[in-house]
Amino acid sequence: MNIFLVLTFSGVALGAIYFLAASGLSLIYGLMDVLNFAHGLFMTLGAYAGYEIATRLPTSLGAPTLVILAIIGATLFGGLAAGVTELILIRPLYGKPISQILITIGLDLAVVGLLMGGFGSTALQIPVPLWLVEPTHLGGLFLPNANFLAIGAGVIVLIGLELFLALTRYGIIIRAGVENREMVRALGIDVGRAFTLVFVIGGAMAGLGGILYTIVFSGDLVSPNQGDSLLIFAFIVVVIGGLGSIRGSAVAALTVGLLQQYTSFYIGGHSGWAQIGDLSTVLLLAVVLELRPRGLFGRVA
Amino acid sequence: MTNAVEISDLHVTIAGSHVLQGVSFSVPTGGVTALLGRNGVGKTTTLRAILGLVASSGRIQVLGDEVAGWPTHRIVRLGIGYVPEDRDVFSALTVEQNLRLAESGSGAKYDEVFSLFPELQQRGRQRAGTLSGGQQQMLSIARALLNNRPLLLIDEPSKGLAPKIVSEFAGVLERAAQHSTVLLVEQNLSVVKRLAQRIVVLDHGEVVHHGEVTDLDDPTLVRQLLGVAGAA
Repeated sequence: MNIFLVLTFSGVALGAIYFLAASGLSLIYGLMDVLNFAHGLFMTLGAYAGYEIATRLPTSLGAPTLVILAIIGATLFGGLAAGVTELILIRPLYGKPISQILITIGLDLAVVGLLMGGFGSTALQIPVPLWLVEPTHLGGLFLPNANFLAIGAGVIVLIGLELFLALTRYGIIIRAGVENREMVRALGIDVGRAFTLVFVIGGAMAGLGGILYTIVFSGDLVSPNQGDSLLIFAFIVVVIGGLGSIRGSAVAALTVGLLQQYTSFYIGGHSGWAQIGDLSTVLLLAVVLELRPRGLFGRVA
Repeated sequence: MTNAVEISDLHVTIAGSHVLQGVSFSVPTGGVTALLGRNGVGKTTTLRAILGLVASSGRIQVLGDEVAGWPTHRIVRLGIGYVPEDRDVFSALTVEQNLRLAESGSGAKYDEVFSLFPELQQRGRQRAGTLSGGQQQMLSIARALLNNRPLLLIDEPSKGLAPKIVSEFAGVLERAAQHSTVLLVEQNLSVVKRLAQRIVVLDHGEVVHHGEVTDLDDPTLVRQLLGVAGAA
């Protein structure tokens, strides 16, 4: 029972990171029909920005301050990178889905190559405070502290996004645009600004997800391809949750995170079949697509 | 300025189909001009071309500005209220949020809109997707009337609605036309006769007739132009 609870806790933390990666991807596709294959790159760039901040600032600031600054920096840099990408590369290509896919894949390959050239292809270690690698003893369980960080970030982002989308004018424009972009324009609203904003928000969440994945699940190691491997799961979450739905992404991310943890341990642990966790998410995707082709929270046309 | 809209030699091709083939007409400032024609002749496409929602070639002047090639939001900000054919309310948003999106500047006339459609005020927190067809049309018209718009483009407001509701909407549009120029696409000839002063008839992507609404009193002309009996 204890193992099950620890796995659940870990699955929720993994789900939180998938949510950070997937919600931006989902909004970007929902509003703009852009399949952004550079989203994984924003996660990687966030992690590297965090690494640079944590290793270049004076250690006299203390490890807790450095890791907080690294997380903030990763979030901001992810948003900045995504905003610049939208303005320079995506904006001239609206309405050209194939070109968008090609240019985002090309951008990802090129920048990952540059990262390998600049930082090397081996993983780099981010210094983190001891507290983050220690567990908390709670009700007879030893729960990894880093998982609290991921879950906390996921919950704050979910609540923040929901409030933003429900209460602010730009949030309402984004929701309306996901439903009917043309009619938003016909009300005299410049949807292009909302497009940039959604890219910035999505990129910021990806940057945050990238650095948290490094701290929580990757042994504090940053590597050039980490975002690309996360992107696959982010796409799975987006499709299961329903394109354009934040709540759908949250539920799907949690489901995928938990399923991956349970199957990896209970099936993979006994059989030695390490990839069963990944395979189980693809099987879940197939089942959901068979039963609900628009995903759990997808709109009916 | 004598014309609110001037269109000349307007061409639109959609998916290989040459929908508008050199449409030219003007909408004088003030009153209601009805754009008529059989199904599929390009009436809705003409409104969408004016708004920049479809790619077109030719000359389009709206409220004194040449707007060909402008983005839609810039054209609309000249002072256009638009009621689309299928209402296009945002179903996931509440009635209040739908209206809030339509606000332009600080002069939103909520009092006036709610006096026209009190039901919208009562249903402010209801999701637009759960409204009836008539209520959705109220919301769509309310969005267009919320701001002081000198030009209203209204596409088939009576479509799919009961006669009583159609008559109610006609009354609302009649009042709106006292302050704004209206370009109305409408199949219901009794509504056209009640509201419009001028008519423009399209067929096969071209203007085949323009004149006064009294032309619709000629059954032979109506049958010839619109393919329907003229005793509406």
